[in-house]
Amino acid sequence: MSAATLIRPEEMETQKPLASMTKPLLVIMPFAILLLAASLLPDWAVQVPKGWTIPFVDWANTVVDHLRDDAIFGLFSFRDLTRGIAELITWPLAFVEGLLVAGFPKLGVAAMPWVMTTGLSGVLGWYLKDWRLGLLAAGCVAYMAIFGKWELSMITLSVVLVAAPIAGLIGFGIGILAVKKQWFEALVVPLLNVLQSLPHFSYLIPIAVFIGVGHKAGTIATVIFAIPPMARLTILGLKGVAEEVREAGKMAGCTRFQTLWMVEIPSARQPLLVGVNQVIMQCLAMVVIASFVGARGLGHDLLFRLQALKIGQALESGVAIVLMAITLDQLSRAAAHKEPSHVAPDATLIERFPFLAASLAVVAASLLLAAITPYAQAWPSEFAISTAPFWDALVDWVTLTLYDPLQYLRNAMLLYVLIPIRDLFQSIPWTAMVALVAAAGWSLGGLRLALTVSGFVLFIAFAGYWERSLITAYMVTVAVLLCIMIGLPIGIWASRNERRTGIVKLLCDTFQTFPSFIYLIPVIMLFKVGDVAAISAIIIYAMIPIVRYTIFGLRNVPQEIVEAGITSGCTRRQLLWNIRMSLAFPEIMLGINQTIMFALFMVIIAAFIGTKDIGQEIFRALTFNDAGKGLVLGLCVAFMGLTADQLITAWATKRKQRLGIAA
Amino acid sequence: MSEPKIACRNLWKLYGSDPAGFLKRQGGSPSIETIRAEGYIPAVRDVSFEVMPGEILVVMGLSGSGKSTLLRCLARLIEPTSGEVMFEGRDILAATERELIDLRRHKMGMVFQHFALLPHRTVLDNVAFPLQVRGTDRQKREARAREVIELVGLKGREGYYPRELSGGQQQRVGIARSLAVGPDVWFLDEPFSALDPLIRREMQDEFLRLQQVLNKTIVFITHDFDEAIRVADRIAIMKDGVVEQLGTAEELVTCPATPYVAEFTRNVSHDRLLSVRSVMAPASSRAPDAAAVHAQALLATVARQVLSSERPVDVIDDGGALVGTLSRASLIDALYGKEQCA
Repeated sequence: MSAATLIRPEEMETQKPLASMTKPLLVIMPFAILLLAASLLPDWAVQVPKGWTIPFVDWANTVVDHLRDDAIFGLFSFRDLTRGIAELITWPLAFVEGLLVAGFPKLGVAAMPWVMTTGLSGVLGWYLKDWRLGLLAAGCVAYMAIFGKWELSMITLSVVLVAAPIAGLIGFGIGILAVKKQWFEALVVPLLNVLQSLPHFSYLIPIAVFIGVGHKAGTIATVIFAIPPMARLTILGLKGVAEEVREAGKMAGCTRFQTLWMVEIPSARQPLLVGVNQVIMQCLAMVVIASFVGARGLGHDLLFRLQALKIGQALESGVAIVLMAITLDQLSRAAAHKEPSHVAPDATLIERFPFLAASLAVVAASLLLAAITPYAQAWPSEFAISTAPFWDALVDWVTLTLYDPLQYLRNAMLLYVLIPIRDLFQSIPWTAMVALVAAAGWSLGGLRLALTVSGFVLFIAFAGYWERSLITAYMVTVAVLLCIMIGLPIGIWASRNERRTGIVKLLCDTFQTFPSFIYLIPVIMLFKVGDVAAISAIIIYAMIPIVRYTIFGLRNVPQEIVEAGITSGCTRRQLLWNIRMSLAFPEIMLGINQTIMFALFMVIIAAFIGTKDIGQEIFRALTFNDAGKGLVLGLCVAFMGLTADQLITAWATKRKQRLGIAA
Repeated sequence: MSEPKIACRNLWKLYGSDPAGFLKRQGGSPSIETIRAEGYIPAVRDVSFEVMPGEILVVMGLSGSGKSTLLRCLARLIEPTSGEVMFEGRDILAATERELIDLRRHKMGMVFQHFALLPHRTVLDNVAFPLQVRGTDRQKREARAREVIELVGLKGREGYYPRELSGGQQQRVGIARSLAVGPDVWFLDEPFSALDPLIRREMQDEFLRLQQVLNKTIVFITHDFDEAIRVADRIAIMKDGVVEQLGTAEELVTCPATPYVAEFTRNVSHDRLLSVRSVMAPASSRAPDAAAVHAQALLATVARQVLSSERPVDVIDDGGALVGTLSRASLIDALYGKEQCA
C-alpha cells in the first residue's frame, strides 16, 4: 500500500487497477503507435521537411544586422552604445587589476605584495567564520604565488571582483522591480527561465558581435551570465520575508520606500547573500569559458593548453581554478551564514572592529616586509614550483597502464550502447516526439502545459536543427540514465547515517563549485575525444544534483512515518522501498530534473571535444560570429531543458500535494 | 459617556475574484452558504462593535475564524471589502496613505504572534525603529527606547540581537517596540500564543501590570479562552467571520447566546470567574457582620466560608459598607447549573 492511499483513503475505493494504468498508457500510446508505424508514415511525418523550416535564424540575423549596422540613436549607433558601455567596464577592471597584480606604473605605485593579498584573505576567512577558513583562504592564495600562477589567477580574480558586484547590483535591481511591479514580474520571470537554461556559449556570440573579442568582452559576457541567478534569488528572498515582519514595518509607520530598504531587504539578507554566492560562482565559471572570446587569466591558460593537448599543464591550471573556486565559495558562503552578535558595552575599539584592526595590521606588516625583502613583494619566479611534471608523469602512467582497458571500455560502450541508442533516437518521427510531449503535458498539467511544451518541441523541429537536436537528446538521455544508475545508489547509501551524509554532501558541495569546463580535463586524459568522452564528462558533472536531492529527499521523510513503518514490522528493505523511497520520490524527480539541466549545459561545452550534436553547431556559430544561429541554437537547447523542467516540476508538485508533503 | 476610541460598523472582508461586486449584487449581506457556493472565502462578516478608551476588548476564536483578519482591517493592514472603521471619530478607510502613516507613527502600536522583529537590528535599534522612521533624532529616540526597554524588564540587553534572546524576551522586545511611540491604541495579535504555557502566564501578568500603568485602548486577539478571561474587559467570540457574542466573561459564561459559545464556556470553572457581586442578593442597609466577604472576591475564595455558614453571609464593598448577602443556595445555583439569564 502506498503512502498516498494511507493519507487519502477515499481514493482507494474509486481507483480500480485498470483506471490507474490508463493514464500512463494514454500518454505513451500515440508515441508508441507513431514510432512503430514509422515505416508506414509519409516522409513529412518522420523527418521535418526542409521546406518547412521556419527561418528563425535569418530573422534573428536581420535584427542583429540591423542593430549592428543601421540602428542609430541620435548621435551614435547601437554598436557605439554597446561598445561605449563595454568601455566603462575597463576602468574598474584596470583599477582592480592594478591593485592585485599590475600596479600603477604611471603613478609609480606597485601592486599589493603577495603577502598582503594572502594575509588579507586569511583575515577575511577568519572574520567571516573561523581561523580554519582563514587558513584555507590564505593557503589557496599563497598557492597561486608559490606555484607560479600568481599573475593569471589575479587577473581571473579581478574579473570576478569587478563582474560580480555589477552583475549582483543589476540582478538585485531587476529582482526588486519584479517584486514591486506585477507586470514586470510576469515579463521577467519567463525570460529568466530561458536565460538560465541557455548554454554558456550562446551568451558569447552576441557579445562577440556587438562588443568584439578580448578581455573586456569576456568580462561583459561574465556580467551578463551572472545576472539571472541574482535576480531570481532576490525575488525569492524578498517574497520569503514573513508577512508579519512586513506588517510590523507598516505599523511602525514606514513609507513604502522605508518598508523596502529598512525592513524587507535587511530581513532577506541571507537569501540575498546566497544570491551573491551564486553570482560569484557563476562569474568564475563563465570567466573560464569566456576565454573563448579572449578573456585572459587562468581560463585562457587552460584552454590554450588543452588545445595543445598538454594535459599535465592543463591539470596544473585546472587545480589553480579549483582552489580559487573553493576559496571564493567558502568565503561567500560564510558571509551568507554569518549572524550578528552583541558586543559588550565596555569593549575596546579593537574588539568592536576586529576585521578592520586585523586588516590594518596585515597591511602594515606586509608593507614593512615588502620594504625589507623583494621576496615579499613578488614571489621570485626562479623559486616557483611547477607541478606540471608530476601531472605529466601521472598522465603518462594512466596512458600506459590503462590504455588497453579504457580503449576496450570505450569501444564496447560505443558499439553496444551508444550507437544503438543513437540509431533508435534518430528513427523517432518528429510527430511522435510532439505527440509524446503533448500527451504528457496534457495529463500532468492540462491544456496550457500541453501547449507550452509542444510549442517548445515544435520550435526545435521547425528551427531546422532537428537531427542535431536528437543527437543532443540521445547523449543527454544516456548520460542522465547512467547518472541515475550511479547517483541513486550513492544517495541511498549516503542517507543512511549522519557521517556518510556529511562526507558525500561535502564532496557534492566541492565538486559543484568547479567551473564545468574543468571536468573536460580528466575525461580527455582517459578517453581522448568523442562521444564516450563527452558522456563521461556529462556524467561526472550532472551526477551531483541527483545525489544531493536523493539524500535530501530520503532524510526529510517525516520520522513518524518511518517509525510507523518500523512498528508495522517492515524489514529494512521494505522500509526503504515502500516508505522512504515512495515519499522521497518527488524530491528525487526534482533532482533528476536538475541533472537534465546540468547535462544540457555540459553537453554543449563538450562540443570542445568533438561531439556531433547541437553544441558543435553552436561552437561553429561562435567561430563565424553568427549571432542569429547561435541564438536560435541556444534557444533549442534551452527549450529542451524547459520541456523536461516543466513536465517534471508539474508532476512533482502534483505528487507532493497528494502525499501531503510541502505545498 | 465619552465617545468610542475605535468603532467598526458592518465590516465585511471576503476573498475571491470580485468580492465588492459580489457583496453589492447580494444586497450587502449574503448568507454564508451563498458566499461559499459562489466560491468566495468569508473572513469577516458584518462585524460591528465599539471599543471605549481604556478598555480591553478581546477577540477570541479558533484558527480560521477571521479574528486576525478583523484586527488587520481595524489597523487597515488589510482593506475591508465594505463597512466602516472609525478611529477617534474619523473614518480610517477614507484616510490617504500619508494620513495612515501618520496615524501609525503616533497613535497605533501592534504586537505580533511571531514577534516580527528585525533580525539585523539590536534590541535597542528594534525598539527605536518606529521612532527612527518618523525622523526622531538618534539621541532622543535611543533615550526613549531605553525607557521602554526598562519598562518591559529588558534593561541590560539593549545590545543583543533578537536571535540571542528567548521567545519570551523577544516578545518583550516586540511589546517595547509597539509602545515606543506612546500609542493610544494597542493592537495585540495572539501575542503570547507562540510561548510556552509558563512563560505565557508570566507574560499575561506582565501585560496586565503594564496596562495598569499605561491605560491604553486595547484590541487583543487570542484563541485561548482562559487567556481571554484573564485579560479582558469584554470578549467577542468569533466563528466563520461572525461575532457570535460580545460581552463580559461573566455574561458569556452565565448566558451563552449560541450553542457554540456555550461549548466554549462549558468547561470554565465558574468559581474562578464569577465574583461575589454577580450572584449576591441585595440587602437593606445595616451594619455588616464581622465575617463579611468582599464583593470583588471570586466565588472560589469564599465558597468554603459560605457553604459552611448556616445563614447568608454579608457582602461588603471597598469602603466596608454592606452591599448584599450571599446564601448557600445561590452559591450552589451559580456553580452548578440553574442559569440566571435575563
